[in-house]
Amino acid sequence: MGKRSNEPFLWMLFSAGGVAAALLIPIHLFLFGLAFPLGWLEAPGYDTLLALARHPVTRLYLFVLCSLGLFHWAHRFRYTLYDGLQIKHLNEIINTLCYGGAILGTVVAAYLILRIP
Amino acid sequence: MAEAITLEVTRYHPERDEEPSLQSDEVPLRKEWVVLDALNYVKDKVDGTLSFRWSCRMGICGSCGMMVNGAPKLTCATFLSDYAPGPVRIAPLDNFPVIRDLVVDISDFLIKLSRAKPWLIRKREKPLSEGEYLQTADELDTYKQFSMCINCMLCYAACPVYGLDPLFSGPAAIALAQRYNLDSRDEGSNQRLDILSHSDGIWGCTFVGECTEVCPKNVDPAGAIQQYKLTATKEWMKSFLMPWGGGE
Amino acid sequence: MSSSIQHPPRSYRRRVSTYWWLGRWPYLKFILRELSSISVTWFVVQTLLQISALSRGPTQYMEFEAWLRRPIVLSLNAVSFFFIVFHAVTWFNLAPKAMAIRVGGKRVPSLLIAAPNYLAWLVASVAVAWIVLRG
Repeated sequence: MGKRSNEPFLWMLFSAGGVAAALLIPIHLFLFGLAFPLGWLEAPGYDTLLALARHPVTRLYLFVLCSLGLFHWAHRFRYTLYDGLQIKHLNEIINTLCYGGAILGTVVAAYLILRIP
Repeated sequence: MAEAITLEVTRYHPERDEEPSLQSDEVPLRKEWVVLDALNYVKDKVDGTLSFRWSCRMGICGSCGMMVNGAPKLTCATFLSDYAPGPVRIAPLDNFPVIRDLVVDISDFLIKLSRAKPWLIRKREKPLSEGEYLQTADELDTYKQFSMCINCMLCYAACPVYGLDPLFSGPAAIALAQRYNLDSRDEGSNQRLDILSHSDGIWGCTFVGECTEVCPKNVDPAGAIQQYKLTATKEWMKSFLMPWGGGE
Repeated sequence: MSSSIQHPPRSYRRRVSTYWWLGRWPYLKFILRELSSISVTWFVVQTLLQISALSRGPTQYMEFEAWLRRPIVLSLNAVSFFFIVFHAVTWFNLAPKAMAIRVGGKRVPSLLIAAPNYLAWLVASVAVAWIVLRG
């Protein structure tokens, strides 16, 4: 019996995050990062956005997108550090940094999203 | 003999050299010649001390794999004229220890291959008198692609993860494990899962995908590994949701 | 070294260069694909800043919008957008490899698995754009 690793669970989070990021982040980033600031499209007003963000479905959507995105990053960045810089011997520090970051980010996201008035 | 091309062959003599060096040789550039023909020309006519492996010269034995201009190739299936005007650099396969000249030590691959148990496993072997294990054409088709592997190890030479972490099981071994897992006659997928689902098995793979690109037999080891990750994740979920049952 | 393995007297082992991923285009493409995850994190951070500004009031949100118009932030978002699209395309193209779907005993061609991914991408993008813009 090999050691029971938690890799399948982390890989599942990575894959789910990869799908969410691929499907949804391009349009989000295009609208809020490029089209609105550059004036290509008219940005929705403050009240409209707040009404949208406050809706429970939007809150859940934003939370899932942010959290999964961070776990997707943690997985890829961990292996990029292992292989790209050849520092796999530092794996405990790297794992703490990557997954700790993703967990912290998830908690912060939950706090900020719950706080929307 | 009109044209010639320069070969830059890596030489290494274990009792004399600290590290490999390059040797340049002129060989005829013939339209029908493959790189292996050029190496044989060097050995026969120029320098008989050159060592390299080859056998069938028709892409079946898998022994003539080398780095040609930095890419892993079967030298029997790589035309010399594709590299004109040259020079053509020929080096031993990457990621393996070099024994001499173009010959590498393949023991690590053989250990990993046998660990993946690439043979039919039955819970109970039925006696010969009960006849053979039958299989339909569709059942054969399920794993056929993965069974085309000739153990040439080009995928290991192309895999940066294997180069960096020699504990990684590597592309061909996992693809062959998958070949038997998908075989309708096999009952050993649990045994293989235990071996391959720990962190040195499939999880080291970051899906660079070059193993599939360099494979001369279109085996698609990268695909096999990702499919295996999916299977291992499903099994993990089963054991997580039903810790008391499953297993069989 | 395990003594059960018989090694020849001496063999030469080449160390992999730290910059192996610069050596060949497929390796560089791979590293760029993996680094796209940094853009994902940048997007998450920016979105959380946006949510925070939205919660704090209209003035703060206007400040956030002004911050988004700064050339440095715009350039970061342009680069991130490029990487995210690269991530999406590579992700959708590689997904069929992980899923060997068989229908009626035959493997479904990769294109038939990849095509619905692109369709889903289009539908999701249109849906998000419609929800954000209709107000």
